[in-house]
Amino acid sequence: METTGETAAIGWGEQTSTTVITWRQIVWRRFRRHKMAMFGAIMLVLLVGYCFGGALFVSEEYANHTDTSLVLQPPSREHPFGTDTVGRDIMARTIYGGQVSVLIGLSAAIIEVVAGVLIGALAGYYGGLVDGILMRFTEAMFTIPQLFLLLVMAKFFAGKIPTVELLGRTFSGSVIVIVAIIGLTSWMYLARIVRADFLSLKEREFILAAHTIGTRNLAIIGRHILPNTMAPIIVAATLGVANAILSEAYISFLGLGVQQPTATWGNMLQTASSGFHKIQNAPWFWFFPGMLIVLTVMSINFLGDGLRDALDPTTVT
Amino acid sequence: MTRYIIRRLLQAIPLLFFISVILFVLMRSSSDPVATMGGRRVMRPEDRERLSRQLGLDQPLYVQYLYWLIGNDWTAIDVDGDGVAETPGTQRGVLRGEFGKSLVVRGEQAMDIIMERVPRTLLLMIPAEFVIILFSLVVGIFSALRQYSIADNVITAVSFVGYSMPIFFIALVSMYLFAVKFKEWGLPYLPTVGMFDPQMGKTPSQVMLHMVLPIFSIAFISIAGYSRYVRSQMLETMHQDYIRTARAKGLQESAVVFLHALKNASLPLVTIIGLDIPLLLAGAVVTETIFSWPGMGLLFIEHVSRGDVPVVMGILMLISVAVVLFQLLTDVTYAWLDPRIRYE
Repeated sequence: METTGETAAIGWGEQTSTTVITWRQIVWRRFRRHKMAMFGAIMLVLLVGYCFGGALFVSEEYANHTDTSLVLQPPSREHPFGTDTVGRDIMARTIYGGQVSVLIGLSAAIIEVVAGVLIGALAGYYGGLVDGILMRFTEAMFTIPQLFLLLVMAKFFAGKIPTVELLGRTFSGSVIVIVAIIGLTSWMYLARIVRADFLSLKEREFILAAHTIGTRNLAIIGRHILPNTMAPIIVAATLGVANAILSEAYISFLGLGVQQPTATWGNMLQTASSGFHKIQNAPWFWFFPGMLIVLTVMSINFLGDGLRDALDPTTVT
Repeated sequence: MTRYIIRRLLQAIPLLFFISVILFVLMRSSSDPVATMGGRRVMRPEDRERLSRQLGLDQPLYVQYLYWLIGNDWTAIDVDGDGVAETPGTQRGVLRGEFGKSLVVRGEQAMDIIMERVPRTLLLMIPAEFVIILFSLVVGIFSALRQYSIADNVITAVSFVGYSMPIFFIALVSMYLFAVKFKEWGLPYLPTVGMFDPQMGKTPSQVMLHMVLPIFSIAFISIAGYSRYVRSQMLETMHQDYIRTARAKGLQESAVVFLHALKNASLPLVTIIGLDIPLLLAGAVVTETIFSWPGMGLLFIEHVSRGDVPVVMGILMLISVAVVLFQLLTDVTYAWLDPRIRYE
């Protein structure tokens, strides 16, 4: 990771082909060759299509519509994934639950990246006391297992944030809480990577040159160093989405996550597995949301692996 | 080396202090333990006030933290609410090994409650860890030696699925398969919840039978991750020059693989496993919840929702100490295994 992406890659680009190709083209070419990454990308497109395209066919009212005469029906033509304990259609709920799960994953990853990059960059660039304080804080947060931190923070924020309207839909405040706490408990790893990159990059000649011509610190951080640490950040952000979806499932499963009637894959699983008779008699209830979580997380992991290989300037195409 | 260990232990003190402050503030300002104490009856405001005062919950946060940390038997507290501190405190504080009395199970020391549960969690975690290490080595080495064979590809696919799975999903699937379906098919089936069948009593064989599914669920996910790691490490090591040398001097293949390659390949694994062991305790929260295993994780879930600060803080600090100690232990083991590493 010491070599800056562009110089190294262009060097290899010239070796392998007669025309000069850009860094982006190289990355794309490597990515395309990575079969699992392509598989992951296609699966993700399908899954997102399912969650957001499916909303065109079924309405949210239908997903939250209860029909007590149709409680725990097995999958049928009418309800392809069956119905739940209050007669709601599980397929419709996986569609809307998927939207929430995916949105939680994306927004939490954004918070994670912002926090991780900010803390890592400040600590790495300024060093000294700033570095000492920020890194002790990072270490402290790192020492407590994430799940415990999530549960304690979920408790801390519970009920403090009111319901919000966004994009014509109502989200219970618990969604915002979950996004915030997942983002705020997962940035530590990224912060360490970014700090390490900043530590080595700030000693390089081009940064010295930037200093000599009087570039401000913030411009050096944002315009000169940060673009050179993009590769690990992109990979961490991608895997962050997968981890956020899993984390949401974990806290929702433990009952401290997103509250009903807003569906997420996690809280669907929670209702489905509360009580052994449901696990025993209504497997469709927990199977479909669970499979969707597994498929989504797996596809994102594949994508992340592919990006890691494709963005790594030390691999030769 | 001794100096290194001492220095690391000294560094751990401010770290643990920092952690305890963060957690205490989060826990104490988020919950109202008095809220559920009245049971179903609505509590009168004066009762509420009296209870808060007796439990010391009316004090400012930093005072509460101070009492939690160093106890309050050196000072007097105001119990009857007349503004005069007259009753000597009884709490001895964390630094003297007392986490305070539980706010949920009244009158019991938090540490006693936790310590009653810890062995049960360890009963799941220690065998699970053995299974995990054994199987990830076996599966990883097997995959590496047969790279790109059908078996390797199948293992790769399964481990990717396992790696992406939340632990409760594998738990649900295994419960459905091994308990529900096996029963339906007339096969011997496994029990799903609790530690033992109340009708059979708490016999060792009952407990062991109830351990199978939880351990399987924990192990499956971890093996999926670790075996990938073992595989890539083994592949890398098998291409080293000293492996070629070992083969060239006519050593048996098994000696090459297990003595020369595995020894070197397993070094990074020590780090990963060492750092992950305390996280297994965290994983216990979910596993114990779904299998109703009465261990520390379930205790945490039960008490965090009722704001039982002493018990919850006790569990969290216990785990933090475990993480710090295992980090140190991992570094020391690593240096011991790899003579190239020297700590000053």
